[in-house]
This record gives sequence, structure tokens and C-alpha cells, in this order.
Amino acid sequence: MITKRIIPCLDVKNGRVVKGVNFEGLNDVSSPVELARYYSENGADELVFYDITASFEGRQLFTDILCETTKTVFIPVTVGGGINNVADFDRVLKCGADKVSVNSGAIRNPDLIGEAAKLYGDQCVVLSVDVKRKDGEFRVFAKGGREDTGMEAISWIKRCVDSGAGEVVVNSIDTDGVKGGFDLKMLEAVCNAVSVPVIASGGAGSIEHFITLFNTLPKVDAGLAASIFHFGEVSINDLKETMANNGIPTRLTGKEIR
Amino acid sequence: MIAIVDYGVGNLFSLKSSFAAIGAEAVVTSDPRVLRDAQKIILPGVGAFGDAAEKLRSSGLADTVISEAKKGKYLMGICLGMQMLLEKSFEYGEHCGLGLIGGEIRPISETIPAGLKIPHIGWNPLIFRGEKSPIFKYINDGDCVYFVHSYHGTNCEENTIATTEYGAILTAAVARDNVFGCQFHPEKSGEVGLSILRAFNELR
Repeated sequence: MITKRIIPCLDVKNGRVVKGVNFEGLNDVSSPVELARYYSENGADELVFYDITASFEGRQLFTDILCETTKTVFIPVTVGGGINNVADFDRVLKCGADKVSVNSGAIRNPDLIGEAAKLYGDQCVVLSVDVKRKDGEFRVFAKGGREDTGMEAISWIKRCVDSGAGEVVVNSIDTDGVKGGFDLKMLEAVCNAVSVPVIASGGAGSIEHFITLFNTLPKVDAGLAASIFHFGEVSINDLKETMANNGIPTRLTGKEIR
Repeated sequence: MIAIVDYGVGNLFSLKSSFAAIGAEAVVTSDPRVLRDAQKIILPGVGAFGDAAEKLRSSGLADTVISEAKKGKYLMGICLGMQMLLEKSFEYGEHCGLGLIGGEIRPISETIPAGLKIPHIGWNPLIFRGEKSPIFKYINDGDCVYFVHSYHGTNCEENTIATTEYGAILTAAVARDNVFGCQFHPEKSGEVGLSILRAFNELR
């Protein structure tokens, strides 16, 4: 039985992880390479690197860091942020990324998903979408959630999946940062609309929130979070052990729980 | 030395890095002489079967891979590289594989119940079949590995060394004498995956 994936997301700016972390055994809390290795050794099923750099130099640095990471971390890595054309896909795939996530780039150029899927396969193209309730519907927001695109989210997601997006990361702006649990209503609407893997993001504040997510919505394939993992509020190994105890299929690593 | 066959399909960065991580010397090459000199050969692959098989043939490397394998050299196909070890594939038409292992590649949609997502993406436990394969020396039945695929090996039961369950039983790994194939990605399967590569590297 395929397992539910737990995915920490690392925001990287100018080659450093934003929101430094303090884990035991971690010398440099804002080194993407060290943090990626830490998560990989402690139960993460996949990593998302989100490049929030604005400058060209920072972008070069990001790809260097990515190459360095994938030399020592052997779990799937998805890269997002600043992906605007197929050359950007090529740039990060060459550095060992497995999947590339597009958000604003797809809003600006709706053909991007189709072009990339044709070149690299559907499995390589991840649609990331920031969604917020507005005027009684789910609305797509751009620019990190600051700009209302006016587009209805479910039809946008469907359109992107039809063009070749092989996975969808749904980030609920309404629940993001609140730590009150995932946006189950929104996720259910997305799960019912598409047949590709759906990754839930935004709102996780505790282990119980993940358990509720996977028990309520068996069609959700993965849970993504950042700060609760970074600040050590939730340990991925503890989370996965609780998932296993609740009958949710999960990949257990680490000798103590095998 | 391990030769990773470069025939213009996909990205070999992680694969090369994974061998470095286990302390094995691996080179990415499209030179038949390097394949002949190597102790072991890795046949990678992503994308569509027909296109990849054509590239492997037109590069002239298919013949070298087949003749080296027939001489007894250890060979491992990974993902689409594993699929190409079989006789043929029905991915968008009908295409010939290398025929080193019996069987054919068919869509998993023909095997699994409707409603399950395709491709089969994610970590799924291995179910060993028959005698434990030497490449699984360091891992256990039930260990998870990372899959990304929409097609899988069929009619290859006698050479299947591991399966996985995704609504139905799918072929996860095959072997025949010195030839091995993994449908999953050992280079993306954490410690378990590296342990498989380590065991392969140690085959003598």
C-alpha cells in the first residue's frame, strides 16, 4: 500500500534557509544542505526547496546549493520559486531536482505547464496554488498570496492538470500560519476535481492535524509544512509513528521504530 | 568501475552522486569502450519507452549493453532502464526492448482498479519474491522505496524478485543471472536505496 508522504518545505533566500532552526546535531541552522540532510535522516519522505531570492546572483547561488544538497541527500526534491520558463526547469533539473513546482509562472504563462510536461513528463511538473476564499468561491492568489487573480481555483487547478501537471500542492491562505489544522473543505473540493496526487499545505499546527487530514480525506497523498517542523514543534518521526498507530500507511525509518 | 550509460535521456546527476555516496567509482559515459572496460553497467532511463529505446539503439550502445550482459557482466536497469531489459513494451504502440529478461511492459491501468491515481508516485513497501536476491542483502522485506511510473513489467513472474502493492500486485524488481532491474529509483530511496546500490556494487 502506498504510503502518505510528509514533506518539509525550506524557504531559501540568498543561499540560506529563512527561519533558522535549532536542532541538536545541526551546526549551521540556516544551511540548506545540512537541514536537508537532517530531515532526510529523520523521516522526511521528500523535500521542497522554495527559492525566494529576487536577485540573479542569489539564483545562481541557489542552484549551487541545490547541487550540493542532492549530492548527499537521496530522497526526492521538488524545487519551486522563480520558475518562469522551461529554461528554469532545465536549470534546476540539472542540479538533481526531481520535480519542479510552478505557481505565478503558470499564471503569467498558462502554456508553461504543457511545454514542461511534454519535455520532462507529467510526473516532473507540480502545480502549486495559493487559494483563498473570496466572494463565496475559492480564488487563486498570485505573488505569494498578495494579489487576487480573479480566477476560480478549482477550474484553474483542473485546467493545469489537463495541461500536464502531475501533482498539485494546495496552499490555503485562509488557514496558513493559523496552526488550526488543514483546510479540509478546500482540499476536498480539489480532491474531487482532479485525479493526480494532492499535497495539502497550510494550517498544520500539531500531529493531530495530520491524522485528521489523512483520516478525513483519504484521497490526500501528502502533507506539507514548514515552521512546525523547523521549530521542532512536530518531529517527523513522532508524527509518522502516530500515523502508523492510527492505521495510516506511512514509511517508518529509524531503527527504534522498525 | 561502474559505467552509467548516457544515451541522452534524463538526468544522471543524482545517480552518479548516489554511487559516490557509497564510495563506488562511477562514470557517466556514452563510449562503448568504457562500457566494455567497466566492471558493472547501470542502464538508467526516464520518459517514453519508444523514444528511449530508439536513442539507445541509434547510439549503438544497445548492442554493447546486450553483448556485455551476455558475457556475464553485472547490469542493472533503473526505472525505464529496467523496463528496457524486457522483450517489448506497449507504451504508445509496440516497441522492442533488449530482451535480456522475458516479459513485456504494459500500462498499470490494465492491472490496478479504476480510481487509483496514475502515475504510481511515492514510497511503497517491497514484497520480496522467492529466494532473497543478492541486491537486497542489506535491506528487509517491507522496506519502502520510491516509485514513479505508469507502466510495469508483466509476464515476467519467473524473474520477479520483488513486487509492490498498489491496488494490485505490480512488478518492482526483476533479475536473471547477472542482470537486475528496479522499477523504483534506488538513487531516490534514501538509505534503503543506497543499500541496494551498495549490494549491487559488491557483487562479484
